[in-house]
Amino acid sequence: MRMGKFKLNHYINYIVIGALTLSLTAVTLAGGRFDSSLLFLLEKIAISIVLAVSLSLVVGFLGELSLGHAGFMCVGAYLGGKVAALLVPALGNGPLTFLISLVVGGAVAAVCGIIIGIPALRLRGDYLAIVTLAFGEIVKSLFQNTSDETFGGALGLETPRYDKKYLFIFAFVIVLITLAAVQNFIRSKHGRAVTAIRDNEIAARATGINVTKYKLLTFTLSATFAGIAGVLYSFSNYTVQSAKFGYNYSIEILVMVVLGGMGSINGSIIAATLITFLNTKLATILTGDLAVLQNLLYAVILIIIVIYNNAPALKNFREKYNLQNLLRKLLRHKHDPDHVKDDEAKWDVVPTKIEMNEILSIDLTPQDKKGNTGNGGDK
Amino acid sequence: MELILSTLINGLSLGGIYAMIALGYTMVYGIAKMLNFAHGDVIMVGGYVIYVFMAMNNPLLAILMAVIFCIILGVVIEKVAYKPLRGASPLAVLITAIGVSYLLQSLAQIVFGSANKMVTVYEFGDIKLFGVTVQISALVTLAVTVVVMIALTLFVKYTRLGRAMIAVSEDKGAAQLMGINVNGIITVTFAIGSALAALAGLFYLLKAPSISSTLGAMPGIKAFTAAVIGGIGSIPGAMLGGILLGMVECIAYKITAIAPYTDAIEFSILIIILLVRPTGFLGKKRREKV
Repeated sequence: MRMGKFKLNHYINYIVIGALTLSLTAVTLAGGRFDSSLLFLLEKIAISIVLAVSLSLVVGFLGELSLGHAGFMCVGAYLGGKVAALLVPALGNGPLTFLISLVVGGAVAAVCGIIIGIPALRLRGDYLAIVTLAFGEIVKSLFQNTSDETFGGALGLETPRYDKKYLFIFAFVIVLITLAAVQNFIRSKHGRAVTAIRDNEIAARATGINVTKYKLLTFTLSATFAGIAGVLYSFSNYTVQSAKFGYNYSIEILVMVVLGGMGSINGSIIAATLITFLNTKLATILTGDLAVLQNLLYAVILIIIVIYNNAPALKNFREKYNLQNLLRKLLRHKHDPDHVKDDEAKWDVVPTKIEMNEILSIDLTPQDKKGNTGNGGDK
Repeated sequence: MELILSTLINGLSLGGIYAMIALGYTMVYGIAKMLNFAHGDVIMVGGYVIYVFMAMNNPLLAILMAVIFCIILGVVIEKVAYKPLRGASPLAVLITAIGVSYLLQSLAQIVFGSANKMVTVYEFGDIKLFGVTVQISALVTLAVTVVVMIALTLFVKYTRLGRAMIAVSEDKGAAQLMGINVNGIITVTFAIGSALAALAGLFYLLKAPSISSTLGAMPGIKAFTAAVIGGIGSIPGAMLGGILLGMVECIAYKITAIAPYTDAIEFSILIIILLVRPTGFLGKKRREKV
């Protein structure tokens, strides 16, 4: 890592999103009006990006599965919406109300993240999946059964109405803040500790990394941004209904992360945009009983992509024909150390367990010294 | 008194269903070391198969077909979705399992529509027991679950195949060196688990004669909770956890103040158990070796 050199690779997502936001803002300020459905779509895309990037932190970089991302979002949406509703009479529905409710929503989601993370993160990965799933259901049923005065109960919580004209700008500023926080975290010493835990937890612990601390930190950070996305959601929609934040929504976010490629922030951003756009288009085409085709599509995407990316038998095929190689060939890029991405270590192919046939095939004859020295260190 | 007794019996029968599902979970988890998210949805498929074959009005045939179909389905899922990922990271397997679960649900909804289907498998009627009216189907559920649990325990302990299963669950590599066909054993495990899921589907239909594509999702998650409470990988533990969870659910439903929060209570129990005793009541602690 050479310091001080500007790396376009590292900032490309800020530049693209920033430029887009600025140009749309300029059009708005110049008096141009967008279609309200387009504005709504933009807000939704921003929310999806925040959700996908924050989930990517846990799934892609920490290597744990969280199925309760929508639950954290739900907490943020209700708390943020409630705080905003309480503040509007005193402060008006301006940026200040907005900011305070964002902070409150994010903070409460963070606290929930800590409470859920402490028991689950000490155990095997599967437990976190099931506990976060349980958390999502708990949150849903708690908010569903609140009284009308507190959180609106089954009918949902009504949130203040904002000027839709400017809301998407706020939303994209939050996207940029999320990106800054997540990417700087990943590229810091702490981020490397997190990826080390993902690649081999025991080895990471042996090098003195406090595994529980880092797991909890990452999980909490992810929950915080899910909460913030929830607050954004409560601003974008006029009512917050707990039924929206079920298991299915968590899976939808997971599909974005998996489709974008685990451990790739830019991939998550692109996938989130794509899927949100597709969702709105499909919602108008597929109505009634056909709506389920959308779920079928998600299921197929999940299975095919995960098997293709992870199956040990497809390893050679993958290395020969992948998108990066293809792009590199097209652009005639030679392998250049400056182009090494944040996370080029291929975590899914790191051997954590020596295969049986590998042990059996080791040639132990003394002439061949090259063959049998490399294997011992990993396990 | 009557209320308490009937609640207890309801709890036992619901617990029997959970135990049946949890047995399937715990077998697969113990041997393949993976959380088979699609297990709950195999229950749903079993229910639909019974629904289809009940058109012939022969309950025994329908049940048999459900068991056979679920076994085939379980083995196909294992071969197509999970086997290619053996040796890959647990996260990848977990995500694929979720994908399979989602796939089954949406396929069922496409084939059978989103509306609930009604099917009555068999009318057992009621019986008076200690002055309380009890559905006989509840007793049948409980009895079958107990028999299955005992049979499974004996099978695992005293047959060659069963002991091969224990060996694979302890150490796949060493089991392979001892000449055990590891892939075959895992397939057999999935077959057994799926057969149990088909029976669980039957019990659901006996309890309430209505079926939808999401029938298995929630019970699947709750049964996993039950398996964790009892100690994952332990057959009597799954039974214990299932009965406990069924009791808690039935008792919570009867208390008006907390009835809406029943699900929340059950899942909170899971979180508390994981905090206090992560290996469950009957689970063995296993040290992770380098």
